[in-house]
Amino acid sequence: MSNTNPLLDVSGLTKHFPIKGGFPIRRTVGAVQAVDGLDFQVSAGESLGLVGESGCGKSTTGRLITRLMEPTAGTIKYQGQDITHAGRKQLAPIRSEIQMIFQDPYASLNPRQTVGKIIAGPMEINDINPAGGREKRVRELLEIVGLNPEHFNRFPHEFSGGQRQRIGVARALALEPKLIVADEPVSALDVSIQAQVVNLLQKVQQELGIAFVFIAHDLAIVRHFSQRVAVMYLGKIMEIADREDLYDNPRHPYTRALLSAVPEATVDEEPRERIRLVGDVPSPINPPSGCRFRTRCWKATEKCASEAPPLVQVEGNKPGHLTACHYPETPETIPAPRLSKDPEAAA
Amino acid sequence: MTSTDQQPFLSIKDLKVHFSTEDGVVKAVDGLSFDLAKGQTLGIVGESGSGKSVTNLTILGLHDPARTSIEGEILLDGQDLLTASEREMERLRGNKMSMIFQDALASLSPYHTVGIQIAETYRKHTGCSKSEARKRAIEMLRRVGIPQPDMRVDDYPHQFSGGMRQRAMIAMALVCDPELLIADEPTTALDVTVQAQIMDLLKDLQQEFGTAIIFITHDLGVIADIADDVLVMYGGRCVERGTKREVLRDPQHPYTLGLMNSMPSLNGPVDVPLTPIPGAPPSLLNPPSGCRFHPRCAFTEKVSGGKCSSERPLLEIVEGRGSACHLTAEQKQELFADFAATRQH
Amino acid sequence: MLRFLVRRILGALVILLVISAVTFWLFYAIPRDPAMMSCGKNCTPDMLKQVRHNLGIDHPVPVQYWYWLKGIFVGRSYGDFGNCPAPCLGYSFANRQPVLGTILDRLPLTLSLAFGSAVVFIIFGVGAGMIAAVKQGKWQDKVASSGSLIASSLQIYFVGYLAMYLLVAQLGILDNPSYTPITDNPAEWASGLLLPWLVLALIWTANYTRMSRSQLVETLTEDYVRTARAKGLSRRKVFFRFAWRGAMGPIVTIFGIDLATLIGGAIITESVFSLQGVGRLALDAVNKSDLPMVLGVTLLSAGAIVIFNIIVDAVYALIDPRIRLA
Repeated sequence: MSNTNPLLDVSGLTKHFPIKGGFPIRRTVGAVQAVDGLDFQVSAGESLGLVGESGCGKSTTGRLITRLMEPTAGTIKYQGQDITHAGRKQLAPIRSEIQMIFQDPYASLNPRQTVGKIIAGPMEINDINPAGGREKRVRELLEIVGLNPEHFNRFPHEFSGGQRQRIGVARALALEPKLIVADEPVSALDVSIQAQVVNLLQKVQQELGIAFVFIAHDLAIVRHFSQRVAVMYLGKIMEIADREDLYDNPRHPYTRALLSAVPEATVDEEPRERIRLVGDVPSPINPPSGCRFRTRCWKATEKCASEAPPLVQVEGNKPGHLTACHYPETPETIPAPRLSKDPEAAA
Repeated sequence: MTSTDQQPFLSIKDLKVHFSTEDGVVKAVDGLSFDLAKGQTLGIVGESGSGKSVTNLTILGLHDPARTSIEGEILLDGQDLLTASEREMERLRGNKMSMIFQDALASLSPYHTVGIQIAETYRKHTGCSKSEARKRAIEMLRRVGIPQPDMRVDDYPHQFSGGMRQRAMIAMALVCDPELLIADEPTTALDVTVQAQIMDLLKDLQQEFGTAIIFITHDLGVIADIADDVLVMYGGRCVERGTKREVLRDPQHPYTLGLMNSMPSLNGPVDVPLTPIPGAPPSLLNPPSGCRFHPRCAFTEKVSGGKCSSERPLLEIVEGRGSACHLTAEQKQELFADFAATRQH
Repeated sequence: MLRFLVRRILGALVILLVISAVTFWLFYAIPRDPAMMSCGKNCTPDMLKQVRHNLGIDHPVPVQYWYWLKGIFVGRSYGDFGNCPAPCLGYSFANRQPVLGTILDRLPLTLSLAFGSAVVFIIFGVGAGMIAAVKQGKWQDKVASSGSLIASSLQIYFVGYLAMYLLVAQLGILDNPSYTPITDNPAEWASGLLLPWLVLALIWTANYTRMSRSQLVETLTEDYVRTARAKGLSRRKVFFRFAWRGAMGPIVTIFGIDLATLIGGAIITESVFSLQGVGRLALDAVNKSDLPMVLGVTLLSAGAIVIFNIIVDAVYALIDPRIRLA
């Protein structure tokens, strides 16, 4: 993977939400450090997974990239162009290239608009007139996402949850985007429907060459969908790597604990590794000093409290595998769960 | 469940729960039977509209009697809950049987402290003094692993973190040493690391109290972790029943198989499409005829005479194992073989 | 709590200051000369000048406003018209009396009307709403719902006259509306105001029935209500201890605002029943372009709303521990 000219280049990205308080005059007395100094790149056509537990800042990150929120600090470059604080006019051409898919397929579609109007909406706003007219394009898009093209006159409530999420995907595809930020796109769906939508997104990514930032808490789905994965905790990236490296050779204790906590639908002969973290994720208002994970880490020392570990390629990591830990896990101690490629796909 | 002459602790026979709504009658549960022995954990798997939550609200008698019609039999320790008086049910709820819910923040009263909510349950069923009940509440909070329970007992639920709220909820449910605990997706809203803690806690407490648990979830991974036996529900009916090992290693119903195939795993193949179940869960207002899964099933043409759409497959349980499907055992062995190959690496 | 009160009361004073300044300025935007009206028919320019001086309206508007503000703290003299001791909210041109004294004269009637009808509508309104919520879909609910729909579409000037005609003139069940101070004779106070209370309350009752019904119906479906039932608590206990507690907050909020509005004067009710309350005072003051009186009544209404808002917020925090006062 070459990151010399990435599609999206994020560095030092920070978002602090001010907390008001004080007496008698209200002022800013603190900040929720939702996102704190993120660095990552997304290449064209690549899918980057952002995983983490609640409060880790993954959704905020999605909203910052799409500029639905103003960052507190850091830079966001899209195709080399700095869009961190770009105004409405400057963003206009980019807005069509970066699209978003939301978690809740019920709340994110206007119930008073027909599906055709919802999907054509982005074209109208950006004044785009595809050859053959917008209606033809809407039918094409419905076809792509696996819905009946004749249903463009129906309303969202006439569709099931999975179908609604397909409508959301069609809307995101309407402007032929280069990057889609998908924020928990399947977590509101039934298990049997999740796979349908994951397959659709995978088809879109592979066939149309669209890059994804795929935000989810389900590690198995992220592994299935994303070539590269970043693990976040309390607003910081703990570890980022290609999926094979991250899932087979996690170097950060948090990544390892997270993986071991995922319940798997297997009845193994040999029991899996069990790491049980104590307590809940601390509040992002006053996050722990130094390494933010240290309060739940079994390896933490005084160094972890005084010094924030940088996100670097620790010894033993492959290039592109970055870990923010003073005491990374050693590969030998991992009972290796294999990452098997489909034999036919490899052939 | 080994001896047949002995009455199982909980026994549900041919339960039917129908709601009348403005649009018609919803057949939320349509002929469900199962038994549960003391100290055992039964995992009920199902998606939205499978009837899994309704079943359990019915056991506790928390359905709306005005618009619900119920048939069948629910025997708890030999006592029929469907014919029990409201007073009798109130005596049992929170005492002999209790329930924990998915969203602990919404399920705990925001207006009362955690301690009061736990103590209230204890006082209702034991009639002890306020200070005694408070002591018991603190003791329970300690049992479920809440640090400094004598201080946190006076906190309100919103002052607790998500994991602690679910612990408090468990403390409240177990305060009277119930013999049956119904857990309705208790970990779905939690982060994975906290989910793991809560499941460990439930297992520990079950060891200690010998509680029978009905654990409702949509996540087969959770089932693999906590259940002894598994019951798979679809469209208000049980489609498969067996031990955890039997169901997860050797599924006998196309729906169970489909569920497992549609879930990516931490060591399955990547960059290839998943195998989803086509279509969507059925509407229980107008459920499909015959086998309720037949519109989404990949194997209907293997069954002759269109039986899948015309005839309800019977669920025959032999030694706790069975499935409701028209396919023959030989057909399943042949058709489901691919599954075994992809699943066991 | 103390911090909250200090902060909110300071805020309230600022709001009242702004309202008084805006009212002051607005009043001078209308082309009427109060001195002309006060001076009478045979007015000479000299007399007019003297009247203007006495009324304090021979200065530029900001200066007049400053004098008005100063008067609140140190009192004020109006030459021939007399003195207005502190706290002086101004001197009425029309009544030839200090504003504050007049308002305080009228206030007991308005307060009696407001609190009396509030007691009636909160009891009947919330009571009917509770019954409707418990008996959802049954005949009690239907009666309460349709009754409140009819009642809320009625108008006081219609119901008021009709009630007076039927109950007082024809049947003689109730007394003609009148006001006796409660300190003089509580029985007469109540019997004289009973009719206005009932008429005023009728329309508000309907609102409270509908509001408390919908609030209760909503909280009865809350998860924590189901949990309370799952613990083995009785329906009755769950209703009062859990569902009702949840429904109370919004009802208290609206009740506070409604009560404050009533204290500002029930203009139509007072007119219909010929009662001399703050509402009538406000109406007369506007008709006579009596700036000081308009200003006084405006501040009373605004003050009532601001203060009740603070009370409501404090009560809300007592009901719901999730609300933190700051």
